[in-house]
Amino acid sequence: MADQTVSPGEVTHIAIVEREIDVGSLMARVTNAGIGAVSLFVGTVREHNDGRAVTGIDYEAYQPMAERQLQAIAAEACAETPSLRLAIEHRVGTLHVGEISVAIAAAHPRRAPAIAGAQRVIEVLKQRVPIWKREHYLDGDRRWVDPTASS
Amino acid sequence: MTIPVLLFASYADAFGARRILVPMPMPCSVRELVTALRGLPGGHVLPAEPLVAVNHEWVNAEARISASDEVAVIPPVAGG
Repeated sequence: MADQTVSPGEVTHIAIVEREIDVGSLMARVTNAGIGAVSLFVGTVREHNDGRAVTGIDYEAYQPMAERQLQAIAAEACAETPSLRLAIEHRVGTLHVGEISVAIAAAHPRRAPAIAGAQRVIEVLKQRVPIWKREHYLDGDRRWVDPTASS
Repeated sequence: MTIPVLLFASYADAFGARRILVPMPMPCSVRELVTALRGLPGGHVLPAEPLVAVNHEWVNAEARISASDEVAVIPPVAGG
């Protein structure tokens, strides 16, 4: 006999936002009495990239497509993992060092699927979601980041 | 007729616009549209097969474009 009720996974929240990301609010969107673990992935702006001092990043999105692709990525994860609950926010606009650019909350009755769910979403997000970033450097230069370019 | 094409980030900078109107015989393929775009001022930044989305879904170079479609030519993505 199963020790828990198997329910389908659920995407509870997807948004591209222009405000600060509140990780606590995002986590609250995936928790309920059946959840035993929440894995939070939080991406932040770091002060160096490829040896250059970064002072901030402009994030730009093709918003309707980005939200649609995030929804699809999350729905695929939930289809493969019953009981997984996902909420995702990605911020756009100008962010300073240390600010949160993306947050993924993945909840499950057990910890391993929660951790795997958050990791899967961030890896696929980086491949499939139309979002770009332009780094601001200490010397005043600004450049769009191209992960496909060899540096 | 002309088809509106959405541009973003480095591509928008290169073309100097976030939306450009491209004269094309319709319907056309993504490959034909990209060839036309590469011949325009700023088009040198486009690779032979850039990422393209039609109606918010990724498509390949052989996909067909109709007059009512929302077409976007997309630079390498860098979310996260």
